[in-house]
Amino acid sequence: MRIELIRRPERSTTMAFLSPLLAIVLTVVVGFFIFAAIGVDPFRGLYVYFVEPLTTDWSIQELIVKAIPIILIAVGLALCYLSNNWNIGAEGQFTAGAIAGSALPILLPDVQNFATLPLMLLMGIAGGMLYAAIPALLKIRFGTNEILTSLMLVYVSLLFLDWIVRGPWRNPQGYGFPGSVDFSDAATIPILVEGSRLHLGLVLVIVAVLAAWFLLRRTITGFEISVLGQAPRAGAFAGFSRTRMILLTFMISGGLAGLAGISEVAGPVGKLDVVISPGYGFTAIIVAFLGRLNPIAILVAGFVLALTYIGGEAAQITLGLSSKTANVFQGMLLFFVLACDSFILYRIRFVSKPRAQPSGIANASG
Amino acid sequence: MPVAEAIILTIITASIPLLLAALGELVAERSGVLNLGVEGMMIMGAVSGFAVSYSTGSPLLGLVAAMAAGAAMAALFGFLTLVLVANQVATGLALTLLGLGLSGLIGVPFAGVSGPRVANVHIPVLSDLPFFGPILFSQDPVVYLAIALVFGVSWFLFRTRAGLVLRAVGDNHASAHALGYSVIRVRFLAVLFGGACAGLGGAYLSIVYTAQWLENMTAGRGWIALALVVFATWLPMRLAIGGLLFGAVGILQLHAQAFGIGIPSQFLLSLPYLTTIVVLVIISRNQALMRSNTPACLGRSFVPDR
Repeated sequence: MRIELIRRPERSTTMAFLSPLLAIVLTVVVGFFIFAAIGVDPFRGLYVYFVEPLTTDWSIQELIVKAIPIILIAVGLALCYLSNNWNIGAEGQFTAGAIAGSALPILLPDVQNFATLPLMLLMGIAGGMLYAAIPALLKIRFGTNEILTSLMLVYVSLLFLDWIVRGPWRNPQGYGFPGSVDFSDAATIPILVEGSRLHLGLVLVIVAVLAAWFLLRRTITGFEISVLGQAPRAGAFAGFSRTRMILLTFMISGGLAGLAGISEVAGPVGKLDVVISPGYGFTAIIVAFLGRLNPIAILVAGFVLALTYIGGEAAQITLGLSSKTANVFQGMLLFFVLACDSFILYRIRFVSKPRAQPSGIANASG
Repeated sequence: MPVAEAIILTIITASIPLLLAALGELVAERSGVLNLGVEGMMIMGAVSGFAVSYSTGSPLLGLVAAMAAGAAMAALFGFLTLVLVANQVATGLALTLLGLGLSGLIGVPFAGVSGPRVANVHIPVLSDLPFFGPILFSQDPVVYLAIALVFGVSWFLFRTRAGLVLRAVGDNHASAHALGYSVIRVRFLAVLFGGACAGLGGAYLSIVYTAQWLENMTAGRGWIALALVVFATWLPMRLAIGGLLFGAVGILQLHAQAFGIGIPSQFLLSLPYLTTIVVLVIISRNQALMRSNTPACLGRSFVPDR
């Protein structure tokens, strides 16, 4: 039996809506079997992983706090991917933003006023942008593959972070442990609701999502992004600049990743530390695809992926599973999303009879 | 053993995982498929290979299992990108993310144990040669296999009919299809070969190089292998040179750390990644060289129309 794809006369809107949901269902189903395979009661496993985190106020807040950086990064990446620019180094730009923004509270701890935090956020954005400019400029100037360069820079940034928090920026009163000084209140992201963990980052997320939606749907630049992504030649004939678009999308995605980075260290983490992210920059790639590169849908997808982190932590504590379980679920989810997306453009047909032998040339050559 | 020989020996062994993974990816890319999941296939090869080698006491079985694991991951990639025509870049990333997660899960029981060691094979007479003897003729079996593979792949791609078909599929899938070749089947086989090679490369790290399993032990080597294919401009012989170059950077970095020359270890550790970027820039600057060898259909999906 063979599988054949038949192109639909037009894009299926039903499947476009159903495919992410289908992907989530498939992930849960396979998750059931994985739990069974590693000797965990599958029903209990799925409950601990996907349901329990939604039952307490505390864990729902935790979910939102985790979703903030993921969504911020994913929104920027979506613009990149729509224009066919493959920035996969968001984790590095996140780190660069965190380091750049932290320079202020670490080097000038006495500067504590109303301008401290805004300045830090701007420095974080600038840090992420500059770091994203490297693969962008190399692609523009030399035609270097941006996938590989942006990813290599992730490793470099993580090693640099490791050096700086163990070396020059280590807290002198930290008993020799790595990590910077704790940030002062003026250098910390404000909490939105007293007594909760929800911070200003949530507002930044909503602004970013709406801005990206507006850019894509209501501006000529957004139109250029889609045209250059889907039909580069048509875009060139229309006079759209590919160079400008590479730079623009990398700047936006790098800037947002940098903002996510500084918001994270100035928020939930509270200082520049050796580990400041459990891989948000990579998870955001999955979110961008699960949200089908649509800013509003990414908002929802971000919470789904944040759930895999919270669920993963719960499974680690309650069921004693490896911390890698979350990565397995995330990887599977992306696989299923990509597979289900095929059905938006194609119908599947199972062909039981082998196709008629092709003519002479093929037979002669074997 | 003189110092120079010892250093060259370590450079060769350090380059083998890169060389194997890159060689497999080269064949896949020559058929027109860009599989960014090399890192994921390598790490799965590393963990499966070690698990089997440790459990059975046979490194050979471990290496075979690693190739099977790499090929299984590649089959997943092939099904998505070739049968369901999913985006190759995104699917490759998914493969890497899944592989890193799954390997961590599988590897839990194998953390901190040592597997059986692989003995070097001394080729009689030749291994007694001064200088070249120890470097070329008393290596572990995988080194010989890797060298043979470089020549084998080169011969296959440029001297056999099947190799010609594979390159035709990669350069112009529509024409190859019109001539009656099954583009999907050729690509699927090439992707499977790539997966098996990546799995073997990963297992070299866990079975031969260290004889232990460490989480994330491939440390970006899969990505460097991808860069290596570009560096070699899709030619197997140049791949061997590139592999040695990157192996050398890795080893120099280790030696520099050992001598403690005052540079923070983190900076030395980032050398392989920075070198990769520099090398990519130098190669991609030369547009003529790139254009003459890059498979024209690289990364483009193919849907046969009847």
